[in-house]
Amino acid sequence: MTDAGAPLLEVEGLRMHFFTKAGVVKAVDEVSLRLERGRILGIVGESGSGKSMTGYSILGLVDAPGRIVAGRIALNGQDLTRLDEAAWRKLRGNRIAMIFQDPMMTLNPVLRIDTQMVEAVLAHHAMSKESALARCREALTQVGIASPDERLRAYPHQFSGGMRQRVAIAIALLNKPDLIIADEPTTALDVTIQGQILFEMQKLCRESGTGLIWITHDLSVISGLADDVCVMYAGRIVESGTVDDVLEHPMHPYTRGLLDSVPSRNVPGRPLAQIPGMTPSLLHLGAACAFRERCPRAVEPCSVAPALRAIGAARSLRCVNPIT
Amino acid sequence: MTTAATPLLEIRGVSKRFVKGIDLAGRIARRLGARVSETSVHALDRVDLAIREGEVVGLVGESGCGKSTLGRIVSRILAPTEGERFWKGRPYAQYEAPGDRAERLAVQMIFQDPYASLNPRMRILDIIGEAPVVHGLVNAAQRRDYVADMLQRVGMDASLMRRFPHQFSGGQRSRIGIARALAVKPRFLVCDEAVAALDVSIQAQVLNLFVRLREEFALTYLFISHDLGVIRHVSDRVVVMYLGRVVESAPTSEIYAQPNHPYTQALVAEVPRVDAKRRQYIPVKGEIPSPLAPPPGCHFHPRCPRAFARCREDAPALREIGPGHLSACHLNDIGSR
Repeated sequence: MTDAGAPLLEVEGLRMHFFTKAGVVKAVDEVSLRLERGRILGIVGESGSGKSMTGYSILGLVDAPGRIVAGRIALNGQDLTRLDEAAWRKLRGNRIAMIFQDPMMTLNPVLRIDTQMVEAVLAHHAMSKESALARCREALTQVGIASPDERLRAYPHQFSGGMRQRVAIAIALLNKPDLIIADEPTTALDVTIQGQILFEMQKLCRESGTGLIWITHDLSVISGLADDVCVMYAGRIVESGTVDDVLEHPMHPYTRGLLDSVPSRNVPGRPLAQIPGMTPSLLHLGAACAFRERCPRAVEPCSVAPALRAIGAARSLRCVNPIT
Repeated sequence: MTTAATPLLEIRGVSKRFVKGIDLAGRIARRLGARVSETSVHALDRVDLAIREGEVVGLVGESGCGKSTLGRIVSRILAPTEGERFWKGRPYAQYEAPGDRAERLAVQMIFQDPYASLNPRMRILDIIGEAPVVHGLVNAAQRRDYVADMLQRVGMDASLMRRFPHQFSGGQRSRIGIARALAVKPRFLVCDEAVAALDVSIQAQVLNLFVRLREEFALTYLFISHDLGVIRHVSDRVVVMYLGRVVESAPTSEIYAQPNHPYTQALVAEVPRVDAKRRQYIPVKGEIPSPLAPPPGCHFHPRCPRAFARCREDAPALREIGPGHLSACHLNDIGSR
């Protein structure tokens, strides 16, 4: 079942569509990813780019009217799209874990932390409550929580935002997953607390070989944290490659536009380079490249959406008139 | 009235305490001998700030540091518990006469959440047009043209004025909030996290709009944000707050190049930057303390890597350490830098 030679996660041609009364929303369209053990992959995009939905699809968390229409998701070589609900339950929180933006989505406000954490361990492992508690204590220490015994007996409302997010991360770590998907986990946190959490996550991946997918809108976080990056726009990956390549020599005009809009990269006081217009509605995507209307480099062939093509060993791009 | 020496807006020794009174159950418990006392949050602790005409002051700090409270006190939404506020050198209280209405309207605020700060049941025409008509800046017949003009100035199509807020995207709502503030002809804008809720590409559009409007209307800004990249881009001077106190204030280029206070140093170091690839994070230890029970002495000492005995007892005063550069840190006294 498990293939040692396969990459940790391989997603090929994933399409996830929402079938609404108003029409078909192509939230995720032909997304392909690859993640090796111990690596960190960043998925960047603005609201509505499909970055979160890609994460939810990998975890099998898509609800009606959404449906995975096509594609293959393989974890250690095992195809996940064919799993039934029981098999998914064994996998989620065990081999794959998710960290959400709002830790209160993970934590139950009326249960003590120890109850919630022990439950997560016992759901996947037959062991005594004492050894489960020991595992919880270990996970809390791992994310930098001092005096875990005291913290275990507290309720979520007794924690600060940063602490809650640490607990949510500790719960994700409980069963030593192969893959963690983190959806904007530090967006709501202050800079100094964000720094602490990025530090813990980076250490964790390097030490335990866990693969991490970090979904965010913030290019500067990706730059400091990730090894590889995928830039998404209107449900599609428009550019991917190593962080160094993509951020230093962006080839897609959208990646370039995003980088240029970051205030700290600009001369203070001067007008920021801005991308005109706004993201298109995913309901009315025509046959043309979705970025065409906002693109400064649009040319005639852009009326047909370009395919993702490989450029070099680790880099791919979806553009007919790239920046060279 | 205003000379070069008089700041356009000044606050001196402003403190703000939010007190939670004792409820009925608490009063009964106290009758029965329980020790129940009022809890108070010291949101601002003797803050001084002077802003000159045409200046853009960036106010940074983490959640709970009192930066929004300061913005609200400056724009008359809240009254300070202690301290004085001055507009063009005269106390706020002296602007109560009917003839001073324009001066009272001169400070306006732009709020963080473009979703919560617009009334969902009002049309854009009313959202922007209500205040100028009420305050007699335009008469009701001119309202439509006036709103159309305001919308165009913030880069929106005037034909959208019959719509409701839910029909707009986040970036457009921000523009509507800005147009609403501009409609009463302010001189001074308090922007409280005005771009925090926006995507990067939209954020750049709105920041550019702020820069353009500053020139067009000769505005002065107090720009409140937790994002040091944004602050660096827009401000001339940066003020850093921690738990209700100003810890450092300096010209923008200087504060990023030579931060003096250990907290500012940590903040500047901690900002994720696009050109810092796969860096090693060296986090500041600990959490932000609760403003309900701030630590004694310097509020930052429990997290400070260089704290010594005096920091635990004695709160450092804000003192000048260079031209226009103020810092509140005991390390400057012992010359250990």
